[in-house]
Amino acid sequence: MPEISRDEVAHLATLARIDLDDAELDHIAPQLSVILESVASISGVAGDDVPPTSHPLPVTNVFREDVVVPSLSAEQALSGAPASEQQRFAVPRILGDEQ
Amino acid sequence: MSADLTRMSAAELADALAAGETTSVAITQAALDRIAAVDGAVHAFLHVDAAGALAQAAASDARRAAGAPLHALDGVPIAVKDVLATEGLPTTCGSKILEGWVPPYDATVVAKLKAAGLPILGKTNMDEFAMGSSTEHSAYGPTHNPWDLTRIPGGSGGGSAAAVAAFEAPLALGTDTGGSIRQPGAVTGTVGVKPTYGGVSRYGLVAMANSLDQVGPVTRTVLDSALLHELIGGHDPLDSTSIDQPLPGLVEAARQGAAGDLAGLKVGVITELSGDGWQPGVMARFTESLELLVKAGAEVVEVSCPNFVHALATYYLIMPCEASSNLAKFDAMRYGLRVLPEGVDNPSAEEVMRATRDAGFGDEVKRRIILGTYALSSGYYDAYYGTAQKVRTLIARDFDAAFEQVDVLVSPTAPTTAFELGEKLDDPIAMYLNDLATIPANLAGVPGISLPSGLADEDGLPAGFQVLAPALADDRLYRVGAALESALLAQWGGPLAPPEENLR
Repeated sequence: MPEISRDEVAHLATLARIDLDDAELDHIAPQLSVILESVASISGVAGDDVPPTSHPLPVTNVFREDVVVPSLSAEQALSGAPASEQQRFAVPRILGDEQ
Repeated sequence: MSADLTRMSAAELADALAAGETTSVAITQAALDRIAAVDGAVHAFLHVDAAGALAQAAASDARRAAGAPLHALDGVPIAVKDVLATEGLPTTCGSKILEGWVPPYDATVVAKLKAAGLPILGKTNMDEFAMGSSTEHSAYGPTHNPWDLTRIPGGSGGGSAAAVAAFEAPLALGTDTGGSIRQPGAVTGTVGVKPTYGGVSRYGLVAMANSLDQVGPVTRTVLDSALLHELIGGHDPLDSTSIDQPLPGLVEAARQGAAGDLAGLKVGVITELSGDGWQPGVMARFTESLELLVKAGAEVVEVSCPNFVHALATYYLIMPCEASSNLAKFDAMRYGLRVLPEGVDNPSAEEVMRATRDAGFGDEVKRRIILGTYALSSGYYDAYYGTAQKVRTLIARDFDAAFEQVDVLVSPTAPTTAFELGEKLDDPIAMYLNDLATIPANLAGVPGISLPSGLADEDGLPAGFQVLAPALADDRLYRVGAALESALLAQWGGPLAPPEENLR
């Protein structure tokens, strides 16, 4: 399995929406390589005929009757919001300047 | 009297309440006084709700005076790990990103505590989002082990385990994703149980890895864990992975086990969970406990689970994948921290997300999110996540094969006693090795208990004995655990307790 480069970590951090500064990248990148190296030991352990397990219980979809049940009020749902307006979450702009 | 109340088990307190020998207000006040006296040194709690707990205690006493207690544990106070949503009480998950957040609803297990009348003392410290084995990854500072304040209390639920060990609470709730109930239990000399996956509702538990997480009891005795497990367990329509069938009789199994007869029981010692790297004092207490099981009538054999050697690597792929996805919800939009990037005029939502997640998450959380993002990314998915899922199947098959030969499997809970705070903080691999023996149960969804097996000769610190049972056979943990506990108590002449002078 491949080693993970500093540039790759920077890219992954962008994908994961975390701003990492240079010092953090220097710190985390080598640690991730060590972790990846140590988990690489499982490659080849399971043959192609082994099915994957995503979950310990053999559950499929769980349905319930489509009935109205009590739920949070708008005030409760918004109680932890960093900002709200007219019973809605107020968020920073989601489009670029050019749009 | 006040000091005695903090030393009593939950079962003893319930009996004393039923007999009218004490009140919930007296018990709750004694716990709050104890917290005030020792928690400055231990730091088991992130938030103490003295007024709320006393009001709940007074209401409990009124119910009992009217002859209408809600449950056997009505009036017995409890501490709750800060990863469980509590309406009206802060819930931080040990993270800056949730600092000051007060949930508008209760986790199902918390609702069950309230419905049974247990006063909630407060919220306990933990590794951030339950990621860690030492509670050092809490954004609010580490918890200290009551046995030696310079050492770790285990993790991620070090706060709940330390609170119970230091007699700050008779009961606590924990959560266990790879050992976060059992390993802290082992290093603090307390009892902790990870129930069968799906046996206890996860609704309102802030998920780290939802195919592995499970809520469970943290106590000082096996019987207390059984009482609490029966209270919080059972089907919950709000959790689609909750098992829709009744629990086996856990309290009954604990009482039966305490009688000390294990005739006909077959115990398997897991070959792969011993050897190099296992502390001699931990192994010595483990071997002595095995002898006590034999004396109680059990047959002990060795059982090999060859794929357990791959459990740690499997876990450290599956868990970060699930965690990176679960923690995407902390996006600075709907709740929690919102940080505006410096020097950016009119920042976009994405820029705010990036700045917030950098400021709000600690190192270990960032490591795991990035690792999970990598392992799930196109081109690597099959090699990492896909491979790990297949090995997970092999580990579950090892359990199936082993449980065809024996009724329960046993091992030491953790390879060593509590290590020094700071010792492994910047060495993730060394930290991860603590969970070697506890992780297989989470991968397969089977239940496990850790109970104290004594003090290691080298350092005088507690060691843990782990019992694992097949899925849905949680009652076996209590039968075997209670039998071993009563044999050990007879040997020790009383329960283990941290030296009082260490707590000041």
